[in-house]
Amino acid sequence: MNLNRRELLKLFLGAPFALAACRTDQPAAFPEGEIVGQSAGIGHILREGRSFDVAADRWESKKAVIIGGGIAGLSAAWKLKKQNFHDFLLLELEKDVGGTSISGKGDPVGYPWAAHYLPVPFAENTELVSLLDEMSLTDGRDAQGQVVVKEQYLCREPEERVYYKGRWYEGLYLNVGAGEEDKRQFTEFQRRIDEWVNWRDVSGRRAFAVPLETCSDDAAVTSLDRISFADWLRQNGFTSERLHWYCDYATRDDYGLKADQTSAWVGLFYFCSRVRKSGVESQPFITVPEGNGQFVRHFAELARDNIRRSQMVVSVVPTERGVDVITLDGNELRGIHCERAIFASPMFTAPYIIRGFRDDAPFDAGAFQHNAWFVANLFLKDRPKPRFAKDFPLSWDNVLYESPSLGYVTATHQKGIDHGPTVLTYYYPMCHEPDGRTKLFNFDWRQLADVCLTDLSRAHSDIYELTERIDIMRWGHAMISPRPNFIWSGIREKAVRPYRNIHFAHTDLSGVALFEEAFYHGLRAAGEILKART
Amino acid sequence: MKRAPLLFLNVFVIATCGLIYELLAGTLSSYVLGDSVTQFSLIIGIYLFAMGVGSWLSRFIDKHVAEKFIDIELAVAVIGGFSAPLLFLTFANLSYFSVVLYTVVFIIGMLVGLEIPLLMRILQDEMDFKDLVSRVLAFDYIGALAASLLFPIFFVPRLGLTRTSLIFGMLNAAVGIWGTWLLLPLLKRNVTIMRVKGFVILALLVIAFIKADRLTTLAEDSLFVDNIIYAKSSAYQRIVVTKGKTGYALFLNGNLQFNSFDEYRYHEALVHPAFAAFSGDAKRVLVLGGGDGLALREIEKYKSVEFIQLVDLDPDMTKVSSAVPALGELNKHSLNDPRVHVTNADAFVWLDNVPAEPFDIAIVDFPDPNNFALGKLYTTRFYNLLKQKLKPDSSVVIQTTSPLIARNSFWCVMNTLEASGYTVKPYQTTVPSFGIWGYALAKLQPFETPRSPPAGIEMRFLNNETFASLFEFPADTSRPNEELEINRLDNQALVRYYEAEWRRFEQ
Repeated sequence: MNLNRRELLKLFLGAPFALAACRTDQPAAFPEGEIVGQSAGIGHILREGRSFDVAADRWESKKAVIIGGGIAGLSAAWKLKKQNFHDFLLLELEKDVGGTSISGKGDPVGYPWAAHYLPVPFAENTELVSLLDEMSLTDGRDAQGQVVVKEQYLCREPEERVYYKGRWYEGLYLNVGAGEEDKRQFTEFQRRIDEWVNWRDVSGRRAFAVPLETCSDDAAVTSLDRISFADWLRQNGFTSERLHWYCDYATRDDYGLKADQTSAWVGLFYFCSRVRKSGVESQPFITVPEGNGQFVRHFAELARDNIRRSQMVVSVVPTERGVDVITLDGNELRGIHCERAIFASPMFTAPYIIRGFRDDAPFDAGAFQHNAWFVANLFLKDRPKPRFAKDFPLSWDNVLYESPSLGYVTATHQKGIDHGPTVLTYYYPMCHEPDGRTKLFNFDWRQLADVCLTDLSRAHSDIYELTERIDIMRWGHAMISPRPNFIWSGIREKAVRPYRNIHFAHTDLSGVALFEEAFYHGLRAAGEILKART
Repeated sequence: MKRAPLLFLNVFVIATCGLIYELLAGTLSSYVLGDSVTQFSLIIGIYLFAMGVGSWLSRFIDKHVAEKFIDIELAVAVIGGFSAPLLFLTFANLSYFSVVLYTVVFIIGMLVGLEIPLLMRILQDEMDFKDLVSRVLAFDYIGALAASLLFPIFFVPRLGLTRTSLIFGMLNAAVGIWGTWLLLPLLKRNVTIMRVKGFVILALLVIAFIKADRLTTLAEDSLFVDNIIYAKSSAYQRIVVTKGKTGYALFLNGNLQFNSFDEYRYHEALVHPAFAAFSGDAKRVLVLGGGDGLALREIEKYKSVEFIQLVDLDPDMTKVSSAVPALGELNKHSLNDPRVHVTNADAFVWLDNVPAEPFDIAIVDFPDPNNFALGKLYTTRFYNLLKQKLKPDSSVVIQTTSPLIARNSFWCVMNTLEASGYTVKPYQTTVPSFGIWGYALAKLQPFETPRSPPAGIEMRFLNNETFASLFEFPADTSRPNEELEINRLDNQALVRYYEAEWRRFEQ
């Protein structure tokens, strides 16, 4: 986009900071790098609505096809393999499977391109727990029967720090400078969270639980979906600026939306669903340098003979006998006859790919709105120098209070590598203006790298000298957006039903983008296919 | 013509102040950077050169000479007066200390260099050139003598560097303020503003002088009483070696690691219990930390030892005993022993990633867990990684801070070792430089507490009596009643205990 530097920085980082940043000249040294991944271009071919004729000798038959190799598709494949169902293919558009859990390889450690942790599941989530067992991430169970995750996979302390007015402080909630009223409101907020953690409906269901399918549908809870989280805070007397920031950070981090764009139900879901009972800490995070890439690797290894990469599924045709899946393999069209298909691609793509879907649409695919992000991986030759000897040290998650970005995650942290080169993964959700997606794709690598480095330079004046390379991924459709009146609008119940022999599996179907939800829907769809065979 | 004699008093004060700043910078830089010959030589050279630059620059001042003179006086008051506290804080917080040091010296030199020529020009209309030069220069040199005598005899021992610096800043400010009266007829611009500036600066210096205790505990106190003979900022830490009446001492980031006067107590107690608890001849020994080579010196006394793997983070640390000959003598050149293999790596990462044959004995000698990067070296994860490098009957000793000062920290490590599957025998001894110091003797199987040191090994401290007493805990250091957390990667409980316990001893 044709903006001068000041306009660019103003757009991404806000006017006051942009003005200050532009007063200093850009340093002479600017790292190299490129835009990586995400085939936005070919994805858009679908919108042209061409017809696809496959040559007769380019057809094959399988019992099932999984369309999409994100966590939902891979989880479905995992379940099928575990049930000794091997006659299926998984087709992935990109050259790597993983969806928003993809990661990069590096020395000394890998690094994430998006999702980078999984909260330890409750014991009730038996299938997810069995996955963790299978991957040897666990050390048995504790006295209460809850899963014990091995120490080296639980997020290492110091977990998070926040940068505010020139200094780093421990934790995410800004304690420094909090007045009496701030403290009272924060305590009160936690009390309200506790109330919801302990809340049960008449059938004993929790208000907020993972997977979301197990949440109570009592109107006392679901009515929260009608207002925004910011409105809920105000209606409950929460006016503290730092509390609003804390909640806004939470929704931007988990949903890519500001608190006033997010449903209050899903805002509370964030705070309540990972707490077992009041007074207990939130479930710890499972993480490794490459983030959720470790799960992708495990799934992909198990289903290595079933996965085909760089396959653009252009048409899914329900037939008398089952489903025909047509895919563009390089320049060649190929067809697969199958009995059943799992559609594990974002829901909004259904009308473009599934033939006839538009004519008698079982649900409004357009209601599944996604937000846009960009993620930058910065390859540093050394750690940023602390400005003050007593600054809180480099942590796993490092957040800038005054920035619209989400800050960065340190890849080497979990491995205990505290010196020398590292990779920082910087996250920026485009939630501050309408039509962030179009805007995002109008910016080139240099502009986005400039935004990222300028933003980080407020805390790390040496970031330019330390960064040797910065690669950027633009996520046009990063996550489903749980705005008000979506999750409990009834659309999920409709979309979760099979369409002819096509079973839907995607985290979109939960209305929140979470590993656990993708996993749940993958397993559910695989279960439907296995059940249909018996 | 009453002004002139008073202005000569000014020359005297200015000269004294100027030399004091120079001496302060020289002293401070040789304190912290070591090598006083180089430091004094550099500081004097830069300072004199900067004075020359100042003198030369004075020709560009044509108008308002008296005002400029007063402004410069006040500028010297600020920069000179605050130079010592500024440099101490810089040293404590920044890696590019020397850049700041030489810049400050240059600026002060330049300003002082401007003063005398300007003062001479103020006085030129009032007396003969011959008299002027002779008197100004005479007072200038008398001031220098006064400074050089008072500085080592009175100011440094009585006031310390920070207060001295602030006092002379006040003197400079006083000269400036006084000048607004003395030179009143020559001042054409707003005198009130000048006076306000002067008094504000004076007030700031006075406040700093009163608060100097806090300023110095921030920096100077944690620094060193003795002479610095070696100082280096490595990629990981600041290494300083000092020499004093009691001997040589090594500091990492300002924390004492050993003093040659009693380090043998610490190192004998660190190494020999591990050998005493090992049945048979120990052949392979692992040392984690201990780049000073002093633990190696004790280990090398055992002829049965064939292979010693030392893992220390910092290459500058494993080189320090060759850089400082006195330390090489102290560790008996233990790092040059052919049995020793040195690897520079973070022990946590090394244990996790580098395969190695198991060891008979492991000596774990890390700095105290005062930050998260060190805290991870005391976690259940770390001790579990260490297990993979041990045999079932291997013995391990770990230095575990002071059970007297940091009782919870000490016992937290014991609990953490037990939670990692070790049988632990805590012990302690007295190392005067440190105080009461604690260790853990641990094995992967139950074992009897050893009662005597290994036979045939020459020791200065340990004998049968002291050895047996190591394992006795008086009431004030015994296991506390309160429940202590296990130190894990995901809670780093130890760093929090340690911080809380040692903070009580900070000012």
